[in-house]
Amino acid sequence: MKCAILVFPGLNRDRDMVAALVHLTGHRPQLIWHTETKIPPVDLLIIPGGFSYGDYLRPGAIAARSPILEEVKKHSAAGRLVMGICNGFQILTEAKLLPGTLMRNASLKFVCRKVQLEAVNTNTAFTGAFLPRQPFSCPVAHHDGNYFADSPTLANLHEGDQIAFRYAGDTNPNGSVDNIAGILNRQKNVLGLMPHPENLVEPAHGGTDGARLFHSILEALA
Amino acid sequence: MKARVTVTLKSGVLDPQGQAIEGALASLGFAGTRSVRQGKIFDLDLDATDPVSARLAVEQMAKKLLANTVIEDFQIEILGE
Repeated sequence: MKCAILVFPGLNRDRDMVAALVHLTGHRPQLIWHTETKIPPVDLLIIPGGFSYGDYLRPGAIAARSPILEEVKKHSAAGRLVMGICNGFQILTEAKLLPGTLMRNASLKFVCRKVQLEAVNTNTAFTGAFLPRQPFSCPVAHHDGNYFADSPTLANLHEGDQIAFRYAGDTNPNGSVDNIAGILNRQKNVLGLMPHPENLVEPAHGGTDGARLFHSILEALA
Repeated sequence: MKARVTVTLKSGVLDPQGQAIEGALASLGFAGTRSVRQGKIFDLDLDATDPVSARLAVEQMAKKLLANTVIEDFQIEILGE
């Protein structure tokens, strides 16, 4: 699997993502600095977590309007996989590659803990290795993860089977509407996810539940 | 030409920060505040000298960057020199 990670100033989860990919796939991803003008035709492009441009204006707002995002849009339009984790998810919504937006957590607090997730649509390149509605552990670390979309947009998401992951049980850490933790675009090749599966992929992390996301992608691309 | 853009949350969008401020006002003894909604103000100093073209330019800025129109509305005031 050929994989690249897009890096903006202020992101800080890029190295975690490199470590997870090396551990799970045996391949080292290519790092692409935001001033590059081309994205190579890799199978999977990842925008990792962090605080691009200090979260100034709104989380992800400045990064989403940088020129390299036009290349991300081309990559997605060509049907290749794009995955945004945490700040990456915020960037994808600000760039309108995914609908809705991520608002300040309802508690107003930064949340950093393990939650339970469940896969909703398990028939996608990102979720194929998950059992439907089977809770699994995943860490979250964010201040602005409160997913919001107006009711017509939400209806569209449900109708298009675009909910990838939900917070399970009563573990919704941020007030997200319908307990939404991760969504897909209509074509199912772009995923945005607030939690950090890359931080739960080896026993030293305290579990390996997050590895299933990467196994799904590996199986889909095999 | 100076302009001011006021960005506010659309009605119906939950504003936890506004609610926290509302609670803080009540605990300071300010009674009778029915609700608080938090917003943002951007003060711009523009090269444009004509209010019509200034407004058009600022409207594009607000739509493209200053406001997230999924959840926010904006108002533009052209304030003159």
